[in-house]
Amino acid sequence: MTDAGGSPVDEYDSDVEAAIREHHPALITYITAGDPSLADTKAYVEALDRGGADLIELGLPFSEPVAEGATIQAAINRALEAGTTPEGFFELVADLETEAPLLVMTYYNMILQYGAEPDVRPFVERAAEAGLSGIIVPDLPAEEADPLREACDDTGLDLVFIIAPTTEGERLDRIMSHVSGFAYVQARLGTTGARENVSGATHDSLARLSEYDVPKAVGFGVSEGDHAAEIVDAGADGVIVGSALVDIIAAHGPTGSETASRGVASSDAAAALEAKAAELKRGARRGADTITDDHEKQPEPEQP
Amino acid sequence: MSMEHEHDDESESGRAGTFGDYGGQYVPEALMPALQELEDAYERYVLENEDGFMDEFRERMRDFGGRPTPLQRADRLSERYDREIYLKREDLLHGGAHKLNNALGQVLLAKYMGKERIIAETGAGQHGTATAMAAAHLDMPCEIYMGRTDVNRQRPNVYRMRMNGADVNPVEAGSGTLKEAINETMRDWATTVERTHYVIGSVVGPHPFPKMVRDFQAVIGDETRTQIREQAGRLPDSVVACAGGGSNTMGTFHAFVPDDEVALHAVEAGGSSLEIDEDAGLAPNSATLSTGTDGVLHGAMTKLLQGTDGQIVESHSVSAGLDYAGVGPELSHLVETGRVVPATVDDEAALDGFHRLSRLEGIIPALESSHALGYLERAAGPAGETAGGQRPRDEDLGDLVVVNVSGRGDKDLETVLEETETRDLEAAPDVEVFDG
Ligand SMILES: Cc1ncc(COP(=O)(O)O)c(C=O)c1O
Repeated sequence: MTDAGGSPVDEYDSDVEAAIREHHPALITYITAGDPSLADTKAYVEALDRGGADLIELGLPFSEPVAEGATIQAAINRALEAGTTPEGFFELVADLETEAPLLVMTYYNMILQYGAEPDVRPFVERAAEAGLSGIIVPDLPAEEADPLREACDDTGLDLVFIIAPTTEGERLDRIMSHVSGFAYVQARLGTTGARENVSGATHDSLARLSEYDVPKAVGFGVSEGDHAAEIVDAGADGVIVGSALVDIIAAHGPTGSETASRGVASSDAAAALEAKAAELKRGARRGADTITDDHEKQPEPEQP
Repeated sequence: MSMEHEHDDESESGRAGTFGDYGGQYVPEALMPALQELEDAYERYVLENEDGFMDEFRERMRDFGGRPTPLQRADRLSERYDREIYLKREDLLHGGAHKLNNALGQVLLAKYMGKERIIAETGAGQHGTATAMAAAHLDMPCEIYMGRTDVNRQRPNVYRMRMNGADVNPVEAGSGTLKEAINETMRDWATTVERTHYVIGSVVGPHPFPKMVRDFQAVIGDETRTQIREQAGRLPDSVVACAGGGSNTMGTFHAFVPDDEVALHAVEAGGSSLEIDEDAGLAPNSATLSTGTDGVLHGAMTKLLQGTDGQIVESHSVSAGLDYAGVGPELSHLVETGRVVPATVDDEAALDGFHRLSRLEGIIPALESSHALGYLERAAGPAGETAGGQRPRDEDLGDLVVVNVSGRGDKDLETVLEETETRDLEAAPDVEVFDG
């Protein structure tokens, strides 16, 4: 599985970091678990894995997704209407066999409430047991993260932090000194959602972060292979794509019965997801090649 | 003002921005620098009166807002309940509710901070109207997010906001009430945070909002404490206020928290039932302090209405302003420590409270405030008159009681009319009164 001709996994702190370093430039994909059903999610995750995803984030739906734009909000609603529960989610994860390590993305209250009393540990322990490699919590800033960080450290999970366009100065230093897995670089202010271009804020952020030697992956708005190329060219180690994939799932129709046509829609969606992942991965590689070309052709200026 | 009290409430665990186990800052990373900036501004301008901020705030609350509001002895209620009942008349504040205290404070603060745009959520529309008025008064562009259900049941307030030049954005998600409006306002803020201030409408949300909003609202209790001493010669035995997010509640209680002999009663919406229907994701009430469990919503650890998995359930109350699945973290803490006693009043008892105050005192209260009046009836009312003789007298209230009338009920007339027609309410006038 190693195409970077590289190092053994245990050279890195975690399999999340290894997945990014060894498959550089990495493709990280997000879909919402249970949209439109957990059985479909299994097929979709496997398709993304085949298509070239190097890390896969699975959303555990929460009723108040404040960091999400309209696309993922709708996916979360579909998943909740389909009756997705944390336990069903963990069973799905335990059932998955992918090359790409899996991360869970969910809101803090879902983590707190998993056990009988509000406490992060039961969730983290169950996540480790089910085979997850890391956790991303969009409403948990570093200041509030100590309990979860300790629980993750004890179980060997990565706790991935988001770096926003507004994260600067001393806070940025503090967060970057604690990076676990990779730094999730938020490409622009606002919520998740597919966009038509790569924001100037992305270039600014990557320039600001270039001095930190940690894997950086850029998300929020990435939807096309060309975006992936541009972002990798600008210095990212990976791209994170969510809403563009969720759009594909939504376009293949509502949650279904077990009818034949539903099965067709589901396998069509899987094929489309696999193709999209492959396009994004090609784009990311193109971005990495540009960097190499630039090196060879120096002193030519970098691509715009 | 509150900030001069010595008893301030830094966390027992020592972390800033918490009240015991409650509070904190559970927000997306993008907002953290803005919260830091807000905390700095709050400390400088509000706590330290830098550039005369608090002087300007008080002056505007007097000239524009109409402060101080009266503390009025309610003669006929006093007779009915056989004790001294005083009403704090926040319904007489400009805009018709206590909400202006906070809205004007925050819009003025935003101005001092150099922000260019105001956004706010609203449930009943009272906070939205107060914010729109304050923004017009201080010449700031203003956008309000309001759930679709609330837009439909609080039309007059939508018009008032528009009259004051605010844009009102209906939020279609979920049940279309306050919770969804807050989600959407937080999303706007996460996008525009560099030049926009989010005027949150209650003592909820991430630090420093719960403290800052409380401090702007604390004028209610500060005035009350002085007024009751002048008028009754002593502190009250108990203070009663309704609680949604809890801003009128904390505003009224804050000055009395150190007075151990004063009982503090927070009255929540009991809705139609206190049970949660987990399968439907629905709580037919908003009784967070009385029945909620600890969790994180809208930036703070607090008591919540949630299912066992952690999904937040939809709340309900006949009063839009109480219809919320969370509550301010400081109130959760004060309930946990036993300082504040929570109680619930159902839709019907609140409607009766509405009619009773209208009839006996010539004051039409907001449906939110009517819950406090419903509680008064239950705790102190003539035994047996409406509950088949089974209603116990509540010794806690004592002989001298202050009830905060947080707002006036003009906005609720349509709802009250509909709800009264379908029920047999003890205190309501004949339905023909409405048919005219
Ligand atoms: C008149 C009135 N009272 C009370 C409330 C409840 O809010 P809080 O609990 O923050 O005082 C509202 C909210 O809209 C209101 O309009």
